[in-house]
Amino acid sequence: MRASHNTATVFAALGDETRLRLVSRLSEAGPQSIVNLAAGFPMSRQAITKHLRVMEGAGLVRCTPRGRETVWRLEQKRLADARRYLQIISAQWDETLGRLKAFVET
Amino acid sequence: MAVLTTDRLEKKILLKAPRARIWRALTDANEFGTWFGMKFNGRFTPGAQVTGVISPTTVDPEVGKAQKPHEGMPFEITIDRIEPQRLFSFRWHPFAIDRNVDYSTEPTTLIEFTLDDAPEGILLTVSESGFDRIPLARRVQAFAANEQGWAMMVKVIEKYIASVS
Repeated sequence: MRASHNTATVFAALGDETRLRLVSRLSEAGPQSIVNLAAGFPMSRQAITKHLRVMEGAGLVRCTPRGRETVWRLEQKRLADARRYLQIISAQWDETLGRLKAFVET
Repeated sequence: MAVLTTDRLEKKILLKAPRARIWRALTDANEFGTWFGMKFNGRFTPGAQVTGVISPTTVDPEVGKAQKPHEGMPFEITIDRIEPQRLFSFRWHPFAIDRNVDYSTEPTTLIEFTLDDAPEGILLTVSESGFDRIPLARRVQAFAANEQGWAMMVKVIEKYIASVS
């Protein structure tokens, strides 16, 4: 899927409270069935699945059938990539502004 | 709370210096170049395309050393707005560090510096936006260029996850 190669898509997929909570749940509790995952949310299983599909499109999570259930899990690498991009830009600015501070305060 | 937008990031820093001093450090091309690590060929005026080269900063010797391999690398920024003592913005190509690549046809990001009064000095806000339009290939280069340092950096998503769980 083309979308899964786009870091921007990953960030967009994470730019939502519900999706971040889903990522949080999956990262703490490991692979979860849709029934378990949806349990803590005040919305329908269909609505949760919709969010998961958006993240699947960004390569952040994937699902596998287990018996009659669907199990969702995190794609750790995509999450790591997304994290790195923000970290890099953010840290570069920290460093650059540190120099400006030293420059104007002396 | 950290907002995980793709397109924009924002930084704030308190500077214990007079507003006029900070303003000069931002908008005087020579001064900007001194702390940033560039030598510009022109003045910063709204709409101006200012070329320059990377020239290692002396403000932080360690950073200067890291910039050294890129010394002389051409660079270009386009000044956007200058609202005296308050707002300065320009556009550039982020991570334009490969001499063999012509970045001129690619999208730019917008960098905006805003000065606000704070009890102990001036609160400087810096934002950079427009990342969504930067080709993924460039972002991958950014990963590679920063490979050594990134492990130590702020873990934005992890922090966020910790704050909501």
